[in-house]
Amino acid sequence: MTAPAIYINGALHVAQNLLIDGFEITLTAGGWSALLGPSGVGKTSLLRLIADLPCAAHLDGHIKAGDGAPIGPRVAMMAQDDQLLPWANTLDNIMICARLRGEDVQSDRAAALLADVGLAGFERRKPAQMSAGQRQRVALARTLYEDRAIVLLDEPFSALDVMTRYAAQDLAAELLAGRTVFLITHDPAEAVRLADVAWIVTQTGISACPLPSTAPPRAPDAASTLSAQATLLQCMRQITVTGIA
Amino acid sequence: MLNATRTLLRGLLVLLVFLFVWQTTVSLSGVPRFILPGPMLVAQALWDNAALLWQNTLWSAGNLGIGLTIGIILGVETALLLALSQRARWLLRPMLVVAQAVPVFALAPVITLWLGYGMPSKVVTIALVTYFPIASALFDRLVTLPAGLSDLSHLSGASRWREMRFLRLPHAVPGLLSGLRLAVVYGPLAVLIGEWVGSSQGLGHLMLMSNGRGQTALMFAALLVLACLSLCLWVAVEALSRWATRLLGTCEYATG
Repeated sequence: MTAPAIYINGALHVAQNLLIDGFEITLTAGGWSALLGPSGVGKTSLLRLIADLPCAAHLDGHIKAGDGAPIGPRVAMMAQDDQLLPWANTLDNIMICARLRGEDVQSDRAAALLADVGLAGFERRKPAQMSAGQRQRVALARTLYEDRAIVLLDEPFSALDVMTRYAAQDLAAELLAGRTVFLITHDPAEAVRLADVAWIVTQTGISACPLPSTAPPRAPDAASTLSAQATLLQCMRQITVTGIA
Repeated sequence: MLNATRTLLRGLLVLLVFLFVWQTTVSLSGVPRFILPGPMLVAQALWDNAALLWQNTLWSAGNLGIGLTIGIILGVETALLLALSQRARWLLRPMLVVAQAVPVFALAPVITLWLGYGMPSKVVTIALVTYFPIASALFDRLVTLPAGLSDLSHLSGASRWREMRFLRLPHAVPGLLSGLRLAVVYGPLAVLIGEWVGSSQGLGHLMLMSNGRGQTALMFAALLVLACLSLCLWVAVEALSRWATRLLGTCEYATG
């Protein structure tokens, strides 16, 4: 599995309305790219377009993998809502995509991944019997079970409390290493912690953000992380005021 | 089950109070017994006519059982067909909407005209009346897969069948249960109306006959038996839904 870079350019529209004006970004091959922006700006639409999911918005432009192969079949996705089946236990939830494809399931591998996310012994639990943090870790295990080169994360940690969120971020950074990860977030701290490259998105376009020179995942309390976070916050506040990046 | 038991106990208490008030009213006011018999008289009628009541109950309950089964099977099949096939939906859905606008009970006389006074007309009426709530409640759940789950299915490239089996069907179980709850309410009503329109047997027929002959106590007794029948069905559906809720592991989805 070689993780490809992904080039995206164009302008994003929904019906006749402009969501994001002409932009061009390249997601790092085998690394974390973060897209930061306020709600409703079209981040999720962009993500859905990459994954080839039904989407109201359309892109006047291109989405291409660095190696030229199709992207859709190589994508796994994790959303803010854990999307677990409420009636299925943890193992069945991890293996649901394989079942949907009609493949044989490997429950040993699913159990091993469950142990990797720190939930050994939770094989028979149902989602309702777990905390939000635990459910999101099951969702991570399901994403890993897919074993795809491209992983799209749509604010997967935003519903978690701060300390749980840090733990989940570290776990994701560790277990998704080597894959092309595209993280959508509205939290500057999250982008600064996890990303190799990060952008701020507004209606006028997408512009790059400065990040610390250290390698992610960065300690949430390191001085460089905090100052980068402060810079980003200033950027975003200015956008909120002026509407221009 | 505990909750259902409590509900039943509470119902029993209310019933006792009601019976007391009923008996007192009858005793104090001196209403003639062919207008309003007291509960004691009704109990007497229940005891005296046990064999007659039993025979008619068997007939009504049998019709109800067969009609409900047919209604459930056809309802589930329709919902599945509509959910699986775009073409079937395009063709049948307007018809379902129109059919629901027609009060099915109003068709009972026509059905009796076509199928006679016997069992077939009763079974068809009951099946028709229970068919629609089941088909529409199940169908509504089958086609409203939460966005996240539908994304999952898209990303996996699931076939229609596997999506149905692994996502839509388990998601729609609560819909089937709410359909069933409605069906067991409408079912006994359909029994009554079917038999009132024209029948030579059954509890509804017995009520009509005894009413005509001034045997009001017997009429009440038949009504009581029919109410018990409904109650049994309700308890069965409640037990089923509790079991399903436990199996599916959530409360939030089971009630919705």
